[in-house]
Amino acid sequence: MFGKLSWAAVPLDQPIPMIASGLVVFAIVGIFAFVTLKGWLPYLWRDWITSVDHKRIGVMYVLLAMVMLLRGFTDAIMMRSQQALAYKGPGFLPPEHYDQIFSAHGTLMIFFVGMPFVIGLMNLIVPLQLGARDVAFPTLNSASFWLTATGALLVNISLVVGEFARTGWLPYPPLSEITYSPGVGVDYYLWALQIAGVGSLLSGVNLVTTVLKIHAPGMTYMRMPMFCWTTLASNLLIVAAFPILTATLAMLLLDRYLGFHFFTNAAGGNVMMFMNLIWAWGHPEVYILILPAFGVFSEIVSTFSGKPLFGYRSMVLATMAICILAFMVWLHHFFTMGAGADVNAVFGIATMIIAVPTGVKVFNWIFTMYGGQVVFATPMLWSIGFMVTFVIGGMTGVLLAVPPADFVLHNSLFLVAHFHNVIIGGVVFGGFAGYSYWFPKAFGFRLHEGLGKAAFWCWLVGFYLAFMPLYVLGFMGMTRRMQHYDVPAWHPWLLLAAAGAVVILVGVVFQVAQLAVSIRRRAELRDTTGDPWNGRSLEWSTASPPPPFNFGVLPHIEGGDAYWEIKQRACRQATPDDEPAYQDIEMPRNSPTGVICAFFATFAGFALVWHIWWMVAAAALGAFATFVVFAWRDRAEDVIPAAEVARIDRANRSARASA
Amino acid sequence: MSEARRADRAPGDEHADGREVADGLRGYLVGLLLAGFITAVSFFIAGTSLVWQPSIPIALFVLAIGQMGVHLVFFLHLTTGDDNANNILALAFGVLIVLLLIVGSLWIMTHLNHNMMPMDRLMPMQR
Amino acid sequence: MSGSVVGNEHLSDHAARDLASKRIIVGYGFWIFLLSDIVMFSAFFAAYAVLAGETAGGPSGHDLFDLTNVAIETVCLLLSSFTCGVASIGSRAHNAAMYYGGMAATFLFGATFLLLEIHEFVGMLEEGAGPTRSAFLSAFFTLVGCHGLHVTLGLLWLLTMMAQVFAKGFRADILRRVLCFSLFWHTLDIIWVALFTVVYLMGAGG
Repeated sequence: MFGKLSWAAVPLDQPIPMIASGLVVFAIVGIFAFVTLKGWLPYLWRDWITSVDHKRIGVMYVLLAMVMLLRGFTDAIMMRSQQALAYKGPGFLPPEHYDQIFSAHGTLMIFFVGMPFVIGLMNLIVPLQLGARDVAFPTLNSASFWLTATGALLVNISLVVGEFARTGWLPYPPLSEITYSPGVGVDYYLWALQIAGVGSLLSGVNLVTTVLKIHAPGMTYMRMPMFCWTTLASNLLIVAAFPILTATLAMLLLDRYLGFHFFTNAAGGNVMMFMNLIWAWGHPEVYILILPAFGVFSEIVSTFSGKPLFGYRSMVLATMAICILAFMVWLHHFFTMGAGADVNAVFGIATMIIAVPTGVKVFNWIFTMYGGQVVFATPMLWSIGFMVTFVIGGMTGVLLAVPPADFVLHNSLFLVAHFHNVIIGGVVFGGFAGYSYWFPKAFGFRLHEGLGKAAFWCWLVGFYLAFMPLYVLGFMGMTRRMQHYDVPAWHPWLLLAAAGAVVILVGVVFQVAQLAVSIRRRAELRDTTGDPWNGRSLEWSTASPPPPFNFGVLPHIEGGDAYWEIKQRACRQATPDDEPAYQDIEMPRNSPTGVICAFFATFAGFALVWHIWWMVAAAALGAFATFVVFAWRDRAEDVIPAAEVARIDRANRSARASA
Repeated sequence: MSEARRADRAPGDEHADGREVADGLRGYLVGLLLAGFITAVSFFIAGTSLVWQPSIPIALFVLAIGQMGVHLVFFLHLTTGDDNANNILALAFGVLIVLLLIVGSLWIMTHLNHNMMPMDRLMPMQR
Repeated sequence: MSGSVVGNEHLSDHAARDLASKRIIVGYGFWIFLLSDIVMFSAFFAAYAVLAGETAGGPSGHDLFDLTNVAIETVCLLLSSFTCGVASIGSRAHNAAMYYGGMAATFLFGATFLLLEIHEFVGMLEEGAGPTRSAFLSAFFTLVGCHGLHVTLGLLWLLTMMAQVFAKGFRADILRRVLCFSLFWHTLDIIWVALFTVVYLMGAGG
């Protein structure tokens, strides 16, 4: 009846996962009870869960990313303390548990923190910057989000029911094959990623179409803000790379479930083919994460320097060049596999070439700041912290791109330090920069500056304390993923790294406090004008938070830095524009389709992990039925009458005029 | 840009405003005949001993690419016109990725197999 | 994906002329999705190309493939592409006979293709040449089977679309879906061209 599932799957004998999951379950039940008692459930269902509004979906993506960041960061703290303690001793985490923790940490941080964070910011801001009312396919957008959430849910269920993979964040065969990983851990990993991968792919399709096809009048491609360009590049990469991941994981699933021989040692299977295919996705993936962050920094640096972005065209060119080059370097992840000197040389040189457009970007940001009136608000601090940190990470990356050096450093902590250097220094800082920059737009009040700055400094200092020692340890020959060790020279560096993690923890505490304090003091932090930073792009031309339809009338764009132009024009005229002629606006209706599909996907994923075949069939049928019911609808849109539009827009215009 | 946008076209659409039924049918019919002819040549060449054998795979490749072109033009109505620019660019990007992935994988894996001992012989040696 | 109310193709906004029409947006979005599907197939193609020689002492393509069967399958798919075109012309001309006739013929050809493929697979399984026999056969069954799965889903979609037109008529949002379906079906045919060339014709020769 329930396949492989039995009570033995719940690890009642292991205190750490039981306590952790107990706390999580307690928190979830507590929040649910609180929301129910307050009577907020209908509101949440109507205005958030079934919402197809790109702003709401964006906020939910970022929220998911932040909750998962807490989970992934907890794993990080556990790993750092284990390595600090496990000198000539077992530490406090047994090996099979430690292996699950580093696998879960990587999986969560890439797929359920990095991806939802950047996709959330893109969802929230890109339609506003383009002067659009919504993304191209709003209901699909909701489905994408809920499928991503399903994947995150499955990974977290594995904490309580069964186990997670012990194979690292990429399940290399033959270790991940059924022979060597007979448990359900790898299956949880695979199905969670397959489901979340569909979500990411659909989101990519959606945003590519949005950027290319949906614009306000006059918003030509070369007038789009930089963030829209990086969104386009990033989502093109999603569309081109995620199918490779789906195919590769499908092959591993066929190996595990049906005894195929893609990556087995027997019957002609080829383990190396997995490395090849997974990195053909994996390398573009890092650019999927970092390109939107580049876009965020471009917006912030330009806004807080009070100048247009330096070298806009070169920036566009560099972005699209990275988009193509990202697909030409994947072998550098397995130089040591033995493809030979000529192949390694080609991919090594290609890797070094990719540093050129990235360097162009860094210089453009510096020249944007040069001669500007730089305001050192929190978003700008994150941006400057990024520039310094990312350049260091980039240089160690170029070092790793040299195949002979890579043969020495491969799989060592030097590599771990390098990719944390670019992912924390780039993606995480970018996410936080965007979070503090666009928070007032999303919610109508600013975040507390002092606590934000404190969080930034803790993160920056903590990052250097935690990861610079890992570079040193890499040079000293310490490999990654070690559960214990007995080399005396490593121990002080690992203690230092653990101290760095504690400093970052203080930063995280500041961030939680910042959110709580800002919500409590939202009255005094309120953003009445909708333009708290003296912004340059269209998202600042509408109210904070924006009305469901974004713009009362679609703006007419006559140049780059669209909103800056509009403000300049208004100053020159010195009289407010005449009130525009408002018209009825059609907006897509909210729909539970996305969340219902994800509901069935959760059951399908869980059933597939545990081989409960009847539940798989039922869930597939349910998902198909949901699609058909959705396709049968007769009303896709609601009309917001012109009078209502006028009322909302007038309030925004008067607030702006009085400011 | 708004000029270009107005002349935009959905992929697969022959004319933004629809065309005469007979005209449309003729296009599909021409496509069917061309594709059928190329298919027939492919199957013939694959089995024949009349031509120089090593040329067969290359000929098959060329014919397949030609047939895909026929499908794209006559069934999917891709043109080189301005209104199709976005569709063609997206297709070009896709084709580039497909080529990079297949050619790259083959190149890498051939070198690997050349340089490294096959797994099924390596594993027993380690025991 | 979004649809709209009957006959409500024109945005009420005065800027509507500058925005791409819904048909273009939906068609383009689906086009991007199809490209991603093609990239997924290319990963399976890459796996097949790398593993094609790894027969592990089992049968090779030369021993297994029956080109007559493949030729009939190919003819079926080609004709179905044509009839799918007929159906899409019919849908745009609001010609019900042409639409239903074209779709029904497409279904018949597609189902015939699928039956032939299943027949081939069953035959190979009975010979002991199933996907677990060797890496070559794993890659073969996955690549060809993935195409077959797409055809199956296409047939399911086709029936849904016939039912939709029957229930709702030639409405703008339904027509957009017919456009997407025809894009999907033609793309499957293009993938089949690559498939029969690389897998069957080259495999049977070598």
